Amino acid sequence: MLRLEKRPTPSKFWLYATPVVAVLLTMIAGGILFGLLGKNPVAVIRTIFWDPLFGEFAFYLRGQLLVKAGPLILIAIGLSLGFRAGIWNIGAEGQYIMGAICGAGVALALYPTESRLVFPLAILAGALGGWAWAMIPAILKTRFNTNEILVSLMLVYVAETILAKASTGFLRNPEGAGFPGSRSFSSYTAASNPELIAGSGLHWGGVAALATGVAAYVLLSRHILGFQIKLAGQAPRAARFHGVNPERLVLLCMGLSGALAGLAGLFEVTGPAGKISIDFNVGYGFTAIIVAFLGRLNPLGIVLAGFLMALTYVGGEMAATNMGLPSAAIQVFQGMLLFFLLGVDVLTNYRIRSALMGAR
Amino acid sequence: MTRPELLKIEGISKSYPGVRANDDVSFAVGEGEVHALLGENGAGKSTLVKMIYGLVRPDEGKMTFRGAPYTPGKPGEARASGVAMVFQHFSLFEALNVAENVALGMENPPPMRELAARIRAVSEEYGLPLDPARMVGDLSAGERQRVEIIRCLLQDPKLLIMDEPTSVLTPQEVEILFRTLRQLSAEGTAILYISHKLEEIRSLCDEATILRRGKVVATCTPREKTARELAEMMVGATLSPPERHPGEKGEVVLGVTDLSANSPIPFGTSLKGVSFTVARGEVLGIAGVAGNGQDELLLALSGELRTGADKVRIGGHAAGDLGPADRRKAGLVAAPEDRYGHAAAPDMSLIENAFLTGALRRGLTRNGFIDWAATRTFAEEVIASYDVRTPGSHVAARALSGGNLQKFLIGRELDQSPEVIVINQPTWGVDAAAAAAIRQAILNRAAEGAGVVVISQDLDELLEIADQFAVLNEGRLTKPRPVQGLTIDEIGLMMGGAHGMEVAHHV
Repeated sequence: MLRLEKRPTPSKFWLYATPVVAVLLTMIAGGILFGLLGKNPVAVIRTIFWDPLFGEFAFYLRGQLLVKAGPLILIAIGLSLGFRAGIWNIGAEGQYIMGAICGAGVALALYPTESRLVFPLAILAGALGGWAWAMIPAILKTRFNTNEILVSLMLVYVAETILAKASTGFLRNPEGAGFPGSRSFSSYTAASNPELIAGSGLHWGGVAALATGVAAYVLLSRHILGFQIKLAGQAPRAARFHGVNPERLVLLCMGLSGALAGLAGLFEVTGPAGKISIDFNVGYGFTAIIVAFLGRLNPLGIVLAGFLMALTYVGGEMAATNMGLPSAAIQVFQGMLLFFLLGVDVLTNYRIRSALMGAR
Repeated sequence: MTRPELLKIEGISKSYPGVRANDDVSFAVGEGEVHALLGENGAGKSTLVKMIYGLVRPDEGKMTFRGAPYTPGKPGEARASGVAMVFQHFSLFEALNVAENVALGMENPPPMRELAARIRAVSEEYGLPLDPARMVGDLSAGERQRVEIIRCLLQDPKLLIMDEPTSVLTPQEVEILFRTLRQLSAEGTAILYISHKLEEIRSLCDEATILRRGKVVATCTPREKTARELAEMMVGATLSPPERHPGEKGEVVLGVTDLSANSPIPFGTSLKGVSFTVARGEVLGIAGVAGNGQDELLLALSGELRTGADKVRIGGHAAGDLGPADRRKAGLVAAPEDRYGHAAAPDMSLIENAFLTGALRRGLTRNGFIDWAATRTFAEEVIASYDVRTPGSHVAARALSGGNLQKFLIGRELDQSPEVIVINQPTWGVDAAAAAAIRQAILNRAAEGAGVVVISQDLDELLEIADQFAVLNEGRLTKPRPVQGLTIDEIGLMMGGAHGMEVAHHV
């Protein structure tokens, strides 16, 4: 019989090995799934993991990687701070949408002003929009002790309804012949978020994501606030003994993750998406949760995980279109990644022993 | 006195990774004998009784119970053979009543009404009054222990194992428990009594097996030895009481006036009108049975529980509405009882745990950024000056034994040049040598001019180090009295006597 035994100190080896093992297990289990769907598992895995980087269309797809990784990393880093403190913001998707609507709203309100200030103002409004949306579950939690998981999640659906209203109503392009969707930002240069280096996929969102990664790393490893975040998550009573005010920490972490998600939304809508449309959001806010855990809630890990996840997105899309796989199969595949990660994660703090070995 | 042999242990050994918990242990318990298992924390007493109770399997050796080979694979089998155990930490559900709690521990519980009647019968027979319908959350620690004992007695055991049963009792309650145990022994039930309290063992036990570092070092009849001889056999060294150099009593550094606060802990005890003062160089000892407001008092002093500003004054300044960080700034350091999760973050390194409370008074941050090099120096200074046994400052707090971690945590507070020190249970679960070192360190700080509050359930400890003595009872604090001239009987009465138990033994 196997049993788990707690390690005296967490294993450094497994801390870094778990993501690798989880990816390998996902490839195996995913391969079986694709095989059962009647596809050649090796070809599918190759399409997902190899082709976007080195295949025929890599010159285009590599750029797509950064486009997709940027918002994932930006959101995931915000979430990871809260997750570390035991504050579970599941509604980043909603904050992402609200950030996009607020930021785009400010920019469109100034149309057609051609000023250098329009884009910075839009960025500010985007961050504020996401922050405000995250404050709802935060304040409800600190005031009435509601569950932030449920409230933030439900607010995603509220945000989606507001988005539908925005694209068909108050933000609709007045010159768009009645079609839903806002004005296109690519033709409104003062507010657009263009590719900075042609073909790289890098826009201001990607820059913000990488900068946030570095900032979060410094915060967690060197700043007292980062210490308090970790402490609150690991030992809440010790955190109060240290002097952390739990309510302030909830407001801070929720606010920060909301603002970063809002920023991601603003960069997306003014850049790759190009306009507010009813379905411009593609679930980055949810996928970022997987990215945060895949990156061990560590800022640098999240940057790597963001690229890995982007790879499954880009490669998954390729596999879906080229090989006729249902897109649900790709989502299951991404889900497996989180499943195996959390499963293998046990090994960081526990080791497996057989009862026979223990008895000797 | 020759008794028929009930339990015989021969050559039992048990190892855990890195530790040999029991090494070739042999002893025997006769029917109706009260047998003491004496040893310091970490001597292997708990591992040994866990093997007898079927919670742990021995690596080597054999056990014989009532003449037959005895290899319990789980506690259920041990109970079926006639072995029962009362644990040091109760496993009771506070939101259920007494009878329901007893039923949960039984394999085939009878109908509730029948069970309640049996509980009443057993409690009367053994002088342990207990109302089966009462909610466990409302019971005192002593009463909770009775629930555990009655739960065992209902199985009609041949051997009853009691793990440190008196640590939660007042002196009067201890006397009544002992009467019950003697009655059981007279009826032929053997008792395996685990303790490190020597006077108790001398008054109660027929035989004693003394363990040190997993080995049996002596077997003796405790009545024929002095407490000091027993202690030296247990520790393996000669012991000297802490040195005291009482300094001049200075001005009042901590004043608490009419402090009342609701407990933030479920089923906790609220504080009711607590008042006391502590002067520089003075040690105030606060005794009391666990669960009478000790945790709440610590929270109210450390700043985790805030009250009216002028209820707590540190160095003459109102501090009742300040949080823990601001109270540290004002000069008060605190050491809570629970080390793993309250005083320390178990998964964090000793360096990080040094930062946990030392950040402010040791100046370990600059503009909010942590000076990890200075923090490491602080942690290593504490490790060196308090003799903390650890492979290094980088290891996680949970990897340290209770005593070592406690030395680190007490040292962390004492090395912040505090004005006021508040400690709850300074030596709970700490071996005698480490406990002596901790008490000495506390006294040294007092001699240097700090005001000290020590909350403890160990009366001997308080009498040894305190100048003033008070008791917390149901959230109320008695008026502090000088320790000199106090008798154990007076202390017992201050502790609220025996929580309504006298009645039982008059029948």
